Amino acid sequence: MKQIRFHGRGGQGAVMASELLCHALVHEGNYGQSIPAYGFERRGAPLEAFVKLDNKPIRERTQVYEPDGIIVLDSSLIAQLPVFNGIQANGFAILNTRKKMTLEDIPEQVDTLAIIDANRIALDVFNAPITNTILLGAFSQATKLVSLQSLSECIENYFPKKIVEKNLVAVARGYNEVQVVTRSGPIRKAE
Amino acid sequence: MGKIDVLNGNKAAAWGAKLARVSLLAAYPITPQTPLVEYLATFVAEGEIDADLVEVESEHTALSVLQGGVFAGARTFTGTSSQGLALMYEPYIRTSTMRLPIVMALVTREVISPQTVWGGQQDAVTVREAGWIQIWCESNQEVLDTVVQAYKIAENKGVLLPVNVCYDGFSLSHMAERVDIPEQEKVDSFLPKPDITHVKLDPANPMSVDPLTAGPMLTEYRHKQVTAMNHAKKVIEEVRQEWFQLFGRDHGGMVDVYRMEDAEIAIVCMGSPAGTARVAIDEMREHGIKVGMVRIRVLRPFPVEEMKTLLSGVKAIGTIDRNVSFAAGYGTSYLELLTAFGGKSMPPMIDFIGGLGGSDVTLEQIKQAIVLTQYVANGGEYRSVTWFGLDEVDIESLFEDSEQEAKEGIV
Repeated sequence: MKQIRFHGRGGQGAVMASELLCHALVHEGNYGQSIPAYGFERRGAPLEAFVKLDNKPIRERTQVYEPDGIIVLDSSLIAQLPVFNGIQANGFAILNTRKKMTLEDIPEQVDTLAIIDANRIALDVFNAPITNTILLGAFSQATKLVSLQSLSECIENYFPKKIVEKNLVAVARGYNEVQVVTRSGPIRKAE
Repeated sequence: MGKIDVLNGNKAAAWGAKLARVSLLAAYPITPQTPLVEYLATFVAEGEIDADLVEVESEHTALSVLQGGVFAGARTFTGTSSQGLALMYEPYIRTSTMRLPIVMALVTREVISPQTVWGGQQDAVTVREAGWIQIWCESNQEVLDTVVQAYKIAENKGVLLPVNVCYDGFSLSHMAERVDIPEQEKVDSFLPKPDITHVKLDPANPMSVDPLTAGPMLTEYRHKQVTAMNHAKKVIEEVRQEWFQLFGRDHGGMVDVYRMEDAEIAIVCMGSPAGTARVAIDEMREHGIKVGMVRIRVLRPFPVEEMKTLLSGVKAIGTIDRNVSFAAGYGTSYLELLTAFGGKSMPPMIDFIGGLGGSDVTLEQIKQAIVLTQYVANGGEYRSVTWFGLDEVDIESLFEDSEQEAKEGIV
């Protein structure tokens, strides 16, 4: 089983992203759980959501405490919150940041670092800082745990019609523009 | 083969109501049930459910509307949680004595005070003496399947009792997972149209419903209600078998049993923690502890015979409760098991209270409960109730070096 923790702010679509990822995983014949961290969510406040994925039914009904990786939708959270807490060995971090972060900047158990300036892309595409599908595209590229095609098909199937087209652009730009580095391998340039 | 989708618990319940072809809906939103009302309203607005949706001003009215609907022959559905259930209490108790086969999602939550909106099971266990059948779900698949099954149980002529389909607020209601949605045709073949004749609004044949009823007649009335509740046990098992034959899925009947064949100790729990318990059991068996689980699927009526049969032979029982009983400071399942054994000799039993106020019952906690239950099975003394998060659980000091293997699984 792989476990993923999303960090975002209310309104950025972290919960929607976790559900979309879950749909895409199930679309590929896997099992998935999408779990919002329960609180009084409000626009702008930090929040978490979780995804579990496996090729067999997932029985645990708990939140995620030791994720295999994190997806950070909001660049300001990286400095403000202990977002790397609990990440397991050979973990991954998909970060929305403008900064040129390197593997030296993050804990050593994180093997794969993917950075993308999702705010810039979001302003291009949506004219608003909605970064969720951009980060999912980046996640797909960096981890190969889900395909871009599945994400795109699920956007078409489950998103309200009027936001489908822009999100298809967003997820593809996330996939194509992310910068991925790994401790165990060479730098992978965007394709 | 049905349709594979990703549904949270509330949406799974709404799908169950849709597949059961409900004809009357009335509900008032309350956390964590609110999305259920939204999904039902969307289904009605989009013509997916051919039902009247009555927008009511309270839970009291929601259930009262459904009562009238049943008199007129409708198949009805609603849902609530916590304080909403409290406000609904007056028509709630009346529903079971009038023997109305209403199905209601009870999206379990803590009760106030202290002020809270988070998950727990206190609301549902508090009303377990109100005459409703209570079925507790472990997964969203079970939520969907059980809502449909509930009508077949409730409308059985030998039962005619309302059913609460209970699922943990947030842990299930807001968690989305893979669910197989059955085909409408197959559900139709399983669930015939409702045929309510014992109470009926028929101007041609007027009937007095729920008149003043005193002494002996009320005693007979109550006795019949208890008889119907006992009969429901048989019907629940029959419905389970029929469901399995048609859809190939088995969530259990009165209880759901896991790895009990050779179990020396047993965990007893209800609701969503049971899923986590399965993982804990598999892991602790790797460390040599022969543990199984009996999940309380139906809290009312209580699976007395099943529990005695399954648990009499084990060396110790550990109950895990997301609720408390004020009888003696234990959780509900602990208390119910004491009652089931009725003072006859039973294995030593310890209780664990956790998951209150929306906190998780974690994998680690359930593994601790298993190790401590094994410790009691070995003849050790341990406190009869442990509150996770309050009581210190010091496992290392309990075990001798010779029991290293059992310890490794947890410490």
